[in-house]
Amino acid sequence: MPSLEKATAQGRRIEAHRPWPRVMVDDALWQALASRLSDGRSSLLGLWGEASAVHMALYDDRNKSVVVATRDCPSGRYPSVARFHPPALRLERALRDLCGLTPVGLPDARGWLDHGRWGVTAPLGAAPAQSEQATATYSFLPAEGDGLHQIAVGPIHAGIIEPGHFRFTANGETIVRLEERLGYAHKGTEALMTGRTLAEAARLAGRVSGDSTVAYAYAFSRAVEAATGIAPPARAVWLRGLMAELERLANHLGDIGAICNDASFALMQANCAILRERVLRAASRCFGHRLMMDRIVPGGVTADLAPSGAEALRELIGAVEKAFPRLVDLYDNTASLQDRTVGAGRVGAALARQYAAGGYVGRASGRDFDARRDLAYPPYDALTFETPTLEDGDVDARVWIRIREVEQSLSLLVAILDQLPPGAVATPVPSEAGEGMALVEGFRGDVLVWLRLDGSGRIARCHLRDPSWMQWPLLEAAIEGNIVADFPLCNKSFNCAYSGCDL
Amino acid sequence: MGLIADFAAQGAQMLLVLALAPGLTGLVRKAKARLLRRRGPPLLQPYRDLIRLTRKEVVLAENASWLFRIIPYMIFAGTWVAAALVPTFARGLLFSWSADLIAIVALLGSARFFLTLAGMDVGTSFGGVGSSREAMIATLAEPAMIMIVFTLALLAGSTQLSVVAGFMLSPAIGLRVSLGLALIALIMVAIAENGRIPIDNPATHLELTMVHEAMVLEYSGRHLAVIELASSLKLLLYVSLIACVFAPWGLAPLRAHFVAQLGAAAIYVGKLAVGGVLLAVFETTIAKMRVFRVPDFLGVALMLGLLGALLLFVSRSL
Repeated sequence: MPSLEKATAQGRRIEAHRPWPRVMVDDALWQALASRLSDGRSSLLGLWGEASAVHMALYDDRNKSVVVATRDCPSGRYPSVARFHPPALRLERALRDLCGLTPVGLPDARGWLDHGRWGVTAPLGAAPAQSEQATATYSFLPAEGDGLHQIAVGPIHAGIIEPGHFRFTANGETIVRLEERLGYAHKGTEALMTGRTLAEAARLAGRVSGDSTVAYAYAFSRAVEAATGIAPPARAVWLRGLMAELERLANHLGDIGAICNDASFALMQANCAILRERVLRAASRCFGHRLMMDRIVPGGVTADLAPSGAEALRELIGAVEKAFPRLVDLYDNTASLQDRTVGAGRVGAALARQYAAGGYVGRASGRDFDARRDLAYPPYDALTFETPTLEDGDVDARVWIRIREVEQSLSLLVAILDQLPPGAVATPVPSEAGEGMALVEGFRGDVLVWLRLDGSGRIARCHLRDPSWMQWPLLEAAIEGNIVADFPLCNKSFNCAYSGCDL
Repeated sequence: MGLIADFAAQGAQMLLVLALAPGLTGLVRKAKARLLRRRGPPLLQPYRDLIRLTRKEVVLAENASWLFRIIPYMIFAGTWVAAALVPTFARGLLFSWSADLIAIVALLGSARFFLTLAGMDVGTSFGGVGSSREAMIATLAEPAMIMIVFTLALLAGSTQLSVVAGFMLSPAIGLRVSLGLALIALIMVAIAENGRIPIDNPATHLELTMVHEAMVLEYSGRHLAVIELASSLKLLLYVSLIACVFAPWGLAPLRAHFVAQLGAAAIYVGKLAVGGVLLAVFETTIAKMRVFRVPDFLGVALMLGLLGALLLFVSRSL
């Protein structure tokens, strides 16, 4: 079986693309790659487009290599990948909405991001056209049978959460089908990026999904650095790792509490919220911003660790290490809580592998992938840590993955603080043309950023792929056969991004 | 003169439960918040909420029927009358001779029947889901409640709560297994009937998990105020019922002196406070159960009630 590199060797390689190869492929090779995906030899990392080209990033699990395949489509059409590999379905629908490229053979003709309210079609395409407000209703997939009824939830919810529509078809309490409809938080981020300076674009990247702002800024900066061929100073690299782990810690702590709260166990939520707040306050003391927004930029970081920062962090680590094991015990020993989480919302290992689900969703279902380890980038190449995996794939497993990752992040924070090198924290970025790509492990999973610089220090095209693209479809699968009242719990255990996917 | 005093005492009791009900809800919320290391809303917040709601405009769904508009008042009336029948601070009040424990169960049952109708009236999916869940809980909670009534009636020889309370105070009572079983069963039924954790979460914002809240989602303004007050009354009723049957100490006897009645009322408020705090502690230590586990929970209550009644039969025939 040829490796991904060998399989794409006959394509013309684009030299400007770093660090992984980008090759131009023809129809035959495109199809061959699609079948590689469908028979599980490679995983789909992302699929995005430009005005007249479609790109697909593939990852080979065995030799840990990444290849971007590009197919020119001057006619505005390309052979659908989703026809063979369902995980590409929503990506292709979004691509059609954004760039107007038609996937030939795609079984689903409905839009995804475009709800007919933009006043324009294919805003990123070769010829954006004005359009009327759509009046046609979105047709959900049918589910027919005796006693089935539909429950429509959202996009506005009773709690203060992001907008998304869920259409349940249920038989009494048992869910027969769930279909998601997203895109309500569309902000046109990719169109906004085009033509911006690096500083402006970095700010935009940090606002794709607020809870992952460090991961996005980190991935964006790494992609710019790959494109321009520069390396940030050592201290900046380690500070980035510090911020990324702080963000992971804060989000996981918040999630663990929130999942328990959705089983009406508010005690856990209250205690986890206190710990999360301490992390955020420590982040504020260290870097001057609770979420560390706009602290990572191409070329380095904007804020060095505050003089009292290291001390604040060690204090925080001590406090969390003291309080967290008691909370884990509380979670583990509350039978009524375990009764809710164990066995609920199961995702099979085969599905997690097929969808290349990252983060806790994939790891709870046995997919052993961590961008920090498998596509190691500094400072993680010099750090030792474990990536926990479990096989059960239920809500409980996703909670346990988070618990283990909290422990790993704590020890990583200590290691980073111990080895933090001195020196400058930023280096200037030259205005060079080039193409760069980066994968950074956010708390949800691997964030992918691909971009092209135009040579005058501006963005020609930038694509940001949230890990939730691969996780949302699994939620639909996980909920099947569960009961309606368990959906909020399952949904919270996935905690997929709305804003990150709606772009 | 005696009749006027009786009326005055009964009227005072009815006003007292009405005045205390939102306070009990506020106390439970406050206690829960303190247990979760939060400051929590002030005790008087439920009163303020009711005033706020009565000032607000009523928004009705276009297809709401006349039933939807009158149901809040029917629920409130049924619950208030039921609460008036429970001896709170005095035994032998005027109304207590006109209806017994079975009538209380029936009044609450009819209030619930109307609420489930209201849930389905507008035709939203959440209302329907809430009503169907409520009906499932009711079909199991009511038989359990009736079994508890039987147990008490067999012991005291009456279904009149005043008589039951009097019997509990008398030395004839002794220590009985059946009473313990009935107490546990009654607490379980009370939790289910009031939609508390682990059956339902009164504080949730998750539409899909709601039971009681799902049925009243479409209500607003004074309608919602009346429904909220009725559910506070129901909680107070169950706490009073448990206190009256299983902790009847301090109840003023028939036609007691005014000062004695005042003292009994103070004791009653103390009992409510203890009940409210205990409820908050219980709710904090447990997660909500899966909807399909509710039948198991209420099945246990039913079995306990049945066992209590059976034990009495068996011991009597010996």
